[in-house]
Amino acid sequence: MKASGDFCISTKGRRIVIIGNGIAGVTCARHLRKRDSAAHITIISGETEYFFSRTALMYIYMGHLKYKHTQPYEDWFWQKNRLNLVHDWVTGIDFEQKELQLQQQAPLKYDILVLALGSKPNMFGWPGQNLKGVQGLYSYQDLESMEAATQTCGRAVVVGGGLIGIEMAEMLRSRQIEVTFLVREANFWGNVLPEEEAQLVSRHIREHHIDLRLNTELKEILDDGNGHVRGIVTGAGEEIACQFVGLAVGVSPNTGLLKDTPLETNRGILVDEFFATSIRNVFAIGDCVEYRNPPPLRKPVEQVWYTGRMHGETLAHNLAHFPVAYQPGPWFNSAKFLDIEYQTYGIVPAKWEEPLESFYWEHESGKVAFRAVFDGRSKKLQGINALGMRLRHDFFDRVLREGGTVEEVLKQLHRANFDTEFYDKHHHAILKAYNQQFGTNLQPEKEKKTLLSVFGL
Amino acid sequence: MKNIQKLGLGIFLAALVLFNLLLFLGQFRLSEQQLQEVVKPEQFQILKTELAPILDKTYTSSFAFVSNFKKYFDAYNEAQQANWQSGGVVIWDDYTFALTKIASQGFVEDNRLLLLLLTIVLGAAGALLNILPKYKDEPAGIKNNGVMFSSNKSRGIIGIIIGAYLIVLYVLIYWFPAYIVNWTLLVDPLSYALSGGPASQWFLYGTIYTLAILVMGVRMFRKYRGNKYQTLRTASVMFFQLSFAFILPEILVLLNKPWYDFKNIWPLDYDFFFDYNVASMLSSGAIGMFMFVWGILLIIIGVPLMTYFYGKRWYCSWVCGCGGLAETAGDPYRHLSDKSLKAWNVERIMVYSVLVIIVLITLLTIVNYFMNFGLLGQATGVLHQWYGFLIGAAFAGVVGVGFYPLMGNRVWCRFGCPLAAYLGIVQRFKSRFRITTNGGQCISCGNCSTYCEMGIDVRWYAQRGQNVVRASCVGCGICASVCPRGVLKLENGPEQGRITDIPFLTGNESIEVLS
Repeated sequence: MKASGDFCISTKGRRIVIIGNGIAGVTCARHLRKRDSAAHITIISGETEYFFSRTALMYIYMGHLKYKHTQPYEDWFWQKNRLNLVHDWVTGIDFEQKELQLQQQAPLKYDILVLALGSKPNMFGWPGQNLKGVQGLYSYQDLESMEAATQTCGRAVVVGGGLIGIEMAEMLRSRQIEVTFLVREANFWGNVLPEEEAQLVSRHIREHHIDLRLNTELKEILDDGNGHVRGIVTGAGEEIACQFVGLAVGVSPNTGLLKDTPLETNRGILVDEFFATSIRNVFAIGDCVEYRNPPPLRKPVEQVWYTGRMHGETLAHNLAHFPVAYQPGPWFNSAKFLDIEYQTYGIVPAKWEEPLESFYWEHESGKVAFRAVFDGRSKKLQGINALGMRLRHDFFDRVLREGGTVEEVLKQLHRANFDTEFYDKHHHAILKAYNQQFGTNLQPEKEKKTLLSVFGL
Repeated sequence: MKNIQKLGLGIFLAALVLFNLLLFLGQFRLSEQQLQEVVKPEQFQILKTELAPILDKTYTSSFAFVSNFKKYFDAYNEAQQANWQSGGVVIWDDYTFALTKIASQGFVEDNRLLLLLLTIVLGAAGALLNILPKYKDEPAGIKNNGVMFSSNKSRGIIGIIIGAYLIVLYVLIYWFPAYIVNWTLLVDPLSYALSGGPASQWFLYGTIYTLAILVMGVRMFRKYRGNKYQTLRTASVMFFQLSFAFILPEILVLLNKPWYDFKNIWPLDYDFFFDYNVASMLSSGAIGMFMFVWGILLIIIGVPLMTYFYGKRWYCSWVCGCGGLAETAGDPYRHLSDKSLKAWNVERIMVYSVLVIIVLITLLTIVNYFMNFGLLGQATGVLHQWYGFLIGAAFAGVVGVGFYPLMGNRVWCRFGCPLAAYLGIVQRFKSRFRITTNGGQCISCGNCSTYCEMGIDVRWYAQRGQNVVRASCVGCGICASVCPRGVLKLENGPEQGRITDIPFLTGNESIEVLS
């Protein structure tokens, strides 16, 4: 392990500049402040003055929240913690002079630079993708333009069967806009969710009066003659009239700023396990990075809230103390598909093969489901999916780290239950289904039934 | 909105307009005989003479009647006061409400039942017609769609008008009941059926209050359908309001016992230990004795024990009447509570100050009582009046409910209720209740904090993976309901590990401890 002196400039009062005030950049800044009270910490963002929760953009559009509500910290927080905020766009980086060019304000010097640049929506070169009324959804500006573009919209098309796609569909439906939802795969999020889960969610999408078109690709976006979208053409040649097109076919690391700079990038900014880039004293975290050596079972580019946060925590430690390699625990993620919550712990692939086996249970309502994927011989659990039920993160984090088996988990599933009080409990039905499917006779581990437990204690 | 819902809203608004018009209808004419019915026998002759100018005279409004009545009544009292040394006797009884009510005649008096149907009953029916079809044909799930765009729910002009209307309503009920005698006439039949007596403004208030909880409780069933915690909790407050707070006390009156709400607890029930209340209970036989003992047991055993096991939610969001109204009629306004750190500081100063004040007043009252009023004489009575006026009426009522559309539905519970303060101290320091945070799953979206009616910044805890243990939490469970990632769970569990402060959230093994 390298000594801290080698890792980065460690002089007292060093100027640490973070570009990007998303979850990765802000987490890094907060943890740095806790650990290094002398450093000058600056966060630059052109997107918004203050940190907000990107995942909550949809709730602003739907009227659940106002923009202010999506800010996790009050405005005084930044000054109190001496986190200097610069509200401006960075237009260029001079790595030689260690200086940033800003759009409005004077250039800014740094000793240590942290790039937390985030993502940008993918565009795959479709004809008409630059028309008015055609956009992705990632930034606050995207939200503003979506708000403006859908004021008089009666019908919209959303392209892309993933998390942002279903969010956009839900957003538009909340304003009574008819939505056609084009999904390239045979089921919603079919490249991530196994077939049963994907079908369950697909059914639920239709239940919300969203015109879900599976196995359908976008071919072309049509111009109304004034530079505004008037419709789309699907891969099969069908024309669908619409006034808005949401493109939600994934996001890519936002590395435009680094074009023609010596910083090494591939799909994202290349970093080692300490988040160091190819240039000394320059680091990168969050959506914009690509691991040179991905951690075990992880993809080179991970663009979720939680990884961004963990990058920030880890880099702050590395800059303030000594470098530790990024070592995420078992994978976890969550989402909400319209009304159905989804949680996953460990790795559940869309398809699996020997020696992996799968156990799947679905409630008769068709809205609650549980899947466990495990090693067929050792029964060691590899991951679970839960739909319409809440499970404890700590429980599965421990089981997955300790290499617990699927059978141990199912026997004590009641301990993992995180559903609201008085909700129907499913662990007995799940265990029964497992016993039937695998010819076992597992019994639930005893829940202590005391007088107190009768009263919910 | 579907047509049937629009119709329901139209009916509700029409009934509301008619209800308000009633205050301006009919005539007021007081006869000698009516005067005799109302006033104490020994005062009849005096008042007959003093009020002669208004007797058998027809007034076209309650305002005119009241002002004339007051003119002559006050003139008499002033004269008596001036002559107190030579034996002047002031009439302390306030006959304004009773005389105005009995003097009301004409349209409203003649059509009480019909007008009751056309206003209160039809209004409730219209509201239900608007509420019941809500979310029909939609899958279960909480939709706060458009809340922030709503003029009513987002401090727009409609919200301000409703707030102002509620404030006026409370001011009338508390301090100018004579102007709303026509409303009390409507509920006279119901009052006679329950307690055998005519309706006071308090009976009118209780009726509307209970109806509001019932009708808006139905709205809760629709809005949170599929959520068993919300459904049970709402059913619970509806039950306690209807039975314990509304029907049972009236039946006690019918049986010639003191009006008593068995679920109201000192110090929310602030006059429980005041001498006149204790005297009334102790002079009412076994039932009165039971009331007294039950009330004390609730304070010293019920509150700590139940709060230890379940948190203060057992009372605040399952039983309490103020909570009942807040959780039903107030639900559309829950997000208007201030979440800032500053508001939390103000809250702590205010709510514990009210607790200290009422505890002191109560102690003084009891000591004074046992010293045969030798300590403070009748001064405790002045304290009681001031507390009743400032806290009991102005704060709990006018501000507590009138400010729903302005500052959220728990203004009173959060900033003023001394019982909430007491329950909160137990919850904070000795309870098994907490809101558990689910590892590292929080995405800081802000739904939990926004919809917390008590102004708790739930997200601040959730995003650090820290359990929420707060004195003010009433356990309504909405934060857990609106969380899109399943991060929050209201739980009763072992005290050990209840308050957590972890350096790193679950999921990152790079750093073991905060070094």
